[in-house]
Amino acid sequence: MLRILDSGLFTTIQDAGRWGYQAYGVPVSGAMDLPALSVANQLVRNSRDEAALEIHSPVALRTNAPHLIALTGADARFEINGRALPMGMSVFARAGATIEIAPKRAGGWIYLAIHGGIDVPRVLGSKSTFLRGKFGGLEGRALAAGDHIHIGAPTLDDLVAAAGRSVGVSSMRFSATDGDESPTTNIRVILGPHADWFTPEAIAALTRAEFIVAETADRMGYRLIAPSPLRRGVRGEVELISCGVPFGAIQVPPDGQPIVLMADHQTTGGYPIIAMVVSEDIARVAQSVPGDRLMFRAVTLEGKTIIRE
Amino acid sequence: MIHPQPRLLPAGDAAILIEFADEINDAINDHVHALAHALRAQNRSEIRDLVPAYSSLLVCYDPQRAPFVTMRAIIQDTISAPATNSPRAPRLVEIPTRYGGECGPDLAFIARHNDIAEDDVIRLHASVIYRVYFVGFTPGFAYLGSVPEQIAAPRMETPRTRVPAGSVGIAGRQTGVYPMESPGGWRIIGRTELSLFDPSWDPPTLLRSADRVRFVAR
Repeated sequence: MLRILDSGLFTTIQDAGRWGYQAYGVPVSGAMDLPALSVANQLVRNSRDEAALEIHSPVALRTNAPHLIALTGADARFEINGRALPMGMSVFARAGATIEIAPKRAGGWIYLAIHGGIDVPRVLGSKSTFLRGKFGGLEGRALAAGDHIHIGAPTLDDLVAAAGRSVGVSSMRFSATDGDESPTTNIRVILGPHADWFTPEAIAALTRAEFIVAETADRMGYRLIAPSPLRRGVRGEVELISCGVPFGAIQVPPDGQPIVLMADHQTTGGYPIIAMVVSEDIARVAQSVPGDRLMFRAVTLEGKTIIRE
Repeated sequence: MIHPQPRLLPAGDAAILIEFADEINDAINDHVHALAHALRAQNRSEIRDLVPAYSSLLVCYDPQRAPFVTMRAIIQDTISAPATNSPRAPRLVEIPTRYGGECGPDLAFIARHNDIAEDDVIRLHASVIYRVYFVGFTPGFAYLGSVPEQIAAPRMETPRTRVPAGSVGIAGRQTGVYPMESPGGWRIIGRTELSLFDPSWDPPTLLRSADRVRFVAR
């Protein structure tokens, strides 16, 4: 069991998502950075889709039993009883240990996986917290100081022996940016499904301009600031008929400033989607923070090679 | 316009948007739900989710299990195959509604906007058997259509920050019920005490795609 000493803001329980209920208006939710969740789980010998704590601001916890834990995601300060530890490695924490985690840059997403998994009931097939719907995770809410988090029974006999497992840098991405000051991240996109709603200038601008991540970036979506609005073409006078929208969709409202849909996005939307972020790059968008710059590169669906004009 | 053949548009590398038309039409909406039903009945592990809307179906798939070309073939085969099992018969769900007063703060606006009496707004709203085109936006929110032209109304210019659960609203010729308290820009004419969504139910919503709905004034 873990006891929350300091919950931070928006610390929630997330797994790989609540699939299969979007036809009832239920968002998929799940981890913002799915590869980081998967790596954290593999480090502590859980199934890849197991729930972990998704951390967004400084937290402190205390163990009530020995646990095998691992921290992945955005670059963070990670200490047990005041001793600094590396991310991306399985670590043994004895009973009564104090774990402190703090992101190095505000806005990233960090995953704390615990061997045995987080023992909360599945709601509609998932342990993920959906805050707006007030269900999933721990009573449908963000964690608070004093909460007790139950951990599933261990399947390993010797947790100490299982510690020290690490992942190479290639399969591990602590941050989209490696800590530089507002750097630019290249993100691959596949144009469409509504690219034909936009002017050729808007399509060209999408793949040439730099977009800045706005302050309004949360689990629902990241607003981007375009240097000039992405304009609609001949079909711009009619309204799109609402349709299903996926994680990573780049929607463009009438003001021409795009929004990238994230894990808690609404199931359907009425704004045209100019392009989709490729699955492997969604985590890099998720790990961008307000003020960061993104550049989009159009790639083909097959092979994801860059399209040259 | 109704497309002669449904358009299969890649929506990134993990979803396909199937567009049947770019208009709202009951027959097209039936096609959308029939295709969703047929794909669901195949119970395929490569399909993660199906999201029907007015005139389109989004198929979310696992690209590790099937690439786009495979998924496109599966969808095309399903579209051209004759339906083997028909979707369930639509249910008729009645929604007892308290119109006007503090439950329906925009009833007077809709009456004024359309130059009819408030009682006529209620009578007209409760006179139609509506179709659930789809459920979306928020858990359990059913897009119902269509209200009579005489009670159609534009969305609010500034949405309310807080619309109580159970509120019955109108936007254009659409009507719907807010399942949980949320911000919202629809014109609110009444409220029901029915629960629209409960995550402990399976399926979790009172109203489901293709159901029929009637409001009953209380």
